[in-house]
Amino acid sequence: MADIIAQDTQPQGAENATAAAPAADAERIPTVIADRVDIVYRVNGTGAGRGSATAALNRILRRKQSEQAAGVRKVHAVKCVSFTAYRGEAIGLIGTNGSGKSTLLKAVAGLLPVENGRIYTDGQPSLLGVNAALMNDLTGERNVYLGGLAMGMSREQVKERYQEIVDFSGINEKGDFITLPMRTYSSGMSARLRFSIAAAKDHDVLMIDEALATGDRSFQKRSEARIRELRKTAGTVFLVSHNNKSIRDTCDRVLWLERGELRMDGPTEDVLKEYEKFTGK
Amino acid sequence: MSQVLNTPPPTASPAPAEDAAAIAARYGLTVSGARPSLPAYVRQLWARRHFITAFATAKLTAQYSQAKLGQVWQVMTPLLNAAVYYFIFGVLLGTKHGVPDYIPFLVTGVFIWTFTQSSIMAGTRAISGSLGLVRALHFPRAALPVSYAIQQLQQLLFSMAALVVILLCFGVPLSASWLLAVPVLVLQFTFNAGVAMIMARMGAKTPDIAQLMPFILRTWMYVSGVMWSIDKVLSKSSLPHWAMVALESNPAAVYIDLMRFSLIDSFHAHQLPHHVWALAVGWAVVVGVGGFIYFWKAEETYGRG
Repeated sequence: MADIIAQDTQPQGAENATAAAPAADAERIPTVIADRVDIVYRVNGTGAGRGSATAALNRILRRKQSEQAAGVRKVHAVKCVSFTAYRGEAIGLIGTNGSGKSTLLKAVAGLLPVENGRIYTDGQPSLLGVNAALMNDLTGERNVYLGGLAMGMSREQVKERYQEIVDFSGINEKGDFITLPMRTYSSGMSARLRFSIAAAKDHDVLMIDEALATGDRSFQKRSEARIRELRKTAGTVFLVSHNNKSIRDTCDRVLWLERGELRMDGPTEDVLKEYEKFTGK
Repeated sequence: MSQVLNTPPPTASPAPAEDAAAIAARYGLTVSGARPSLPAYVRQLWARRHFITAFATAKLTAQYSQAKLGQVWQVMTPLLNAAVYYFIFGVLLGTKHGVPDYIPFLVTGVFIWTFTQSSIMAGTRAISGSLGLVRALHFPRAALPVSYAIQQLQQLLFSMAALVVILLCFGVPLSASWLLAVPVLVLQFTFNAGVAMIMARMGAKTPDIAQLMPFILRTWMYVSGVMWSIDKVLSKSSLPHWAMVALESNPAAVYIDLMRFSLIDSFHAHQLPHHVWALAVGWAVVVGVGGFIYFWKAEETYGRG
């Protein structure tokens, strides 16, 4: 396995590894380059004193002391990860819980600053998700507008796609629910609406974080179809999932992160075989 | 468990940095999450104007969506506030400090002050309270403090409707000078948005500021002449000259007095400090533009742990 890493962390190694990818032309255009990326979270009020008043005072009075002694805990979420993604690739991100997959995606999207290293991207990669922009006290209808605007769509674009979004979500299948506040929706219903809003926009580099697990069976099928459609219009797709089947169905290359380190990078089958051995499946 | 948790050490070092940078430059890739130039930032913010207003309106509407009376509370809350002040200062204490039309004077002061106060409070939490949004979507972060300031402006417009009713009830005549309220509000809004952006950056770095702000704001309120007339008190006191100038050119006092001047007929121009319009415009431009630049300088750091 060590030799797989050795060759694949190099750009030319990655080229060999994904030679089977359909988009592998004579010249492959990179869309995302991650160059030895480190991401560190800092959490206040931990460690010595566990956030007590004296510990906090101590922290303020002695600013020069090391961060650890000051009760600031550093969580090194992603360690020295390098990879290059090319146009037309669909890349799966796998790894056990807390291994830094979502953190890495957020950094690629430019939403989390990196501690060391650089991430170069083609245009503005977008994360598929608008959950945070939506408000439970507002009607579904207003949330469609708010979510669309939050993703950077124009008012006209949202108006144009409004009916499409509502139809896709299927919220109105059982009555006029789109005019009710979102807090009255069941968890499945609101998950469907969120996905429908998020998937309404076309992206250059698209990153999907566990979005396929929402809704009932028929909605899951519809969302998988929509993701394949998005893949056609997007330059590069990243998909985080714990469902190895959906990774196999959609991705041709897989990055395996474990404890923040890039453990393996290669064609889907090779990496998934090792990963399944690792997780004892 | 036979899992090998530690990643085996790589046998070759990763691609050198200049290599990645060179490839990136060749294909025109840009550094992710880098701060845009100031003109580009302004353009991005302008492109998001519909989001900014929609977000403000959504926040305002969501506020009372669980109440039975719903949006009626938008007007009821300021009216009840005014009633409390009338009860305490007009009925219980009977203190008028020699100010004619004391209730209109007081209520105008309270509403205009509340606009600045709540914009600053909302601005302080604009980034630290919306971390989920900042970490999920890409947009110029100044959209958040500006949006919160707009929400407070919308709130104030409801209060102004209530204020008009109060003014007419207390026999203040309708006059052409009421139109001056519009430029005053525009200037005050610019000032508020500037302070909100300054506080948003500070609050994003040190969330503790949100705990401290109520005390600072209360002190500021008492020196801004919300419940008393700066002009009346200063003429009798023996404060040093610099203190008087500081009290009179305090931005909150400037906007409050300008609003009183435009709405209340018994509040005369000689009660205003010298060069009051220059002060009002100056504060708005300096704090508005300065706050925006100060906020933009840390654009790429918002959202960190």
